Amino acid sequence: MCDQTFMAITFGPCDSCSKASPLMNIYIKSDPINYCSFCMEMMACQALQSGESLATLKSESDSLKKKLEEERAKLHDVELNQVAEKVELVSALSIRTRRVLKGHGNKVLCMDWCKDKRRLVSSSQDGKVIVWDGYTLNKEHAVTMPCTWVMACAYAPSGCAVACGGLDNKCSVYPLSLDKNENLAAKKKSVAMHTNYLSGCSFTNSDMQLLTSSGDGTCALWDVESGQLLQSFHGHTADVLSLNLAPSETGNTFVSGGCDKKANVWDMRSGQNVQSFETHDSDINCVKYYPTGDAFASASDDGTCRLYDLRADREVAVYQKDSIIFGASSVDFSLSGRLLFAGYNDYTINVWDVLKGNRISILFGHENRVSCVKVSPDGTSFASASWDTSLRIWA
Amino acid sequence: MSSSFAFVPQSCISLARELSHRTALYLPVTMSSSSNLVAMKKIVQQLRFEASINRVKVSQAAADLQQFCMQNAMQDPLLTGVSSSTNPFRPQKVCSFL
Repeated sequence: MCDQTFMAITFGPCDSCSKASPLMNIYIKSDPINYCSFCMEMMACQALQSGESLATLKSESDSLKKKLEEERAKLHDVELNQVAEKVELVSALSIRTRRVLKGHGNKVLCMDWCKDKRRLVSSSQDGKVIVWDGYTLNKEHAVTMPCTWVMACAYAPSGCAVACGGLDNKCSVYPLSLDKNENLAAKKKSVAMHTNYLSGCSFTNSDMQLLTSSGDGTCALWDVESGQLLQSFHGHTADVLSLNLAPSETGNTFVSGGCDKKANVWDMRSGQNVQSFETHDSDINCVKYYPTGDAFASASDDGTCRLYDLRADREVAVYQKDSIIFGASSVDFSLSGRLLFAGYNDYTINVWDVLKGNRISILFGHENRVSCVKVSPDGTSFASASWDTSLRIWA
Repeated sequence: MSSSFAFVPQSCISLARELSHRTALYLPVTMSSSSNLVAMKKIVQQLRFEASINRVKVSQAAADLQQFCMQNAMQDPLLTGVSSSTNPFRPQKVCSFL
């Protein structure tokens, strides 16, 4: 039996027939399978039920896709802003810049709040990760990463460590010590390893597990102590740019958004892609859950932010204006979920009314793209990070 | 010698992605029918799973979102605004008699 040539990365004994030959390496549900090409064909044929062929599978997939569309359309009986017509308008907000955090030498790419509501960690293009006290503007810790473009940083729930990573394809955890003289870089622990840049990271409810997203198209759950991969999430067909964990304590789902214009909701324990949404016209830069966990918002390079409801399994609102032509890089909800703060590449932050769908106000102040927007844990303020090397705290 | 984990080079990843749209497999660079079949089977399985989930009407979901917003509106400092004394980020204006 002669099959087509393929690029063999490895050579050795096949997992099923034990003959030494060029091996095809594939992953089924994140288990590596190394079969020779003959056993691969046998396995594929066995997996088919009688009468199945490529053509029947394709037609079934098309009919299922159409059925999904119909099911989703059936439930679309009303728009969110119609339901919210009777709600009174949000009164004018008096939000202004209250603090400007200067100290980074280059574009600030990411930031995160600590649970104590006053500390923040931010990371920038020059490889520096700085922990700030938001009230006093003190820089409490500064770490220099060995790589540039530190695109992701996260504060541990206990406040005792920060995780960060970027072009080094890794996510490292630094324990924060109170001793000012201690060299933080020496205590660094490499936890996650990807095959492409790290785009997002987040601790789960404890300091022990870390969820990461990467430019290699996968998300992964790691044990911090041992560095072991606990679960990987395959399904995106392009770089994953952002992830966000569901807010509830018992929650074990998270949402990820990527360059394939899709936002996927995953079950953390099984690795299964539970729901998928594809209505954006361009890369999704950021995804954020609504405070209840029943919906999430996404920000995209097409200039729109969209709200997706998980129980209705569809998009329920689009926040857009013809005058907004630059992409949105980041979104976050206020504590009650009524306000949506979105940072854009045109240097502004727009505040949207989630229910009514209109823009409440525009916040000016940054002198370059806004890269990250995050509301503080108690909802009293929100911080924005920008390519103009500063962070601003607004309240 | 064989290795259990082989990192597929970048060019292979993009081609493999086209084949593995919405699947849980990373495929080797081959156009053989078996990998297409396995990929399609995964796609169909995923679609069957997604088609079977329970859905709620948008009116119900929207009403729940609205109810949450209304219930928590008072606890939202950014929405209602807080006075200088309670918000640590607002600078306190100190009056002084000259």
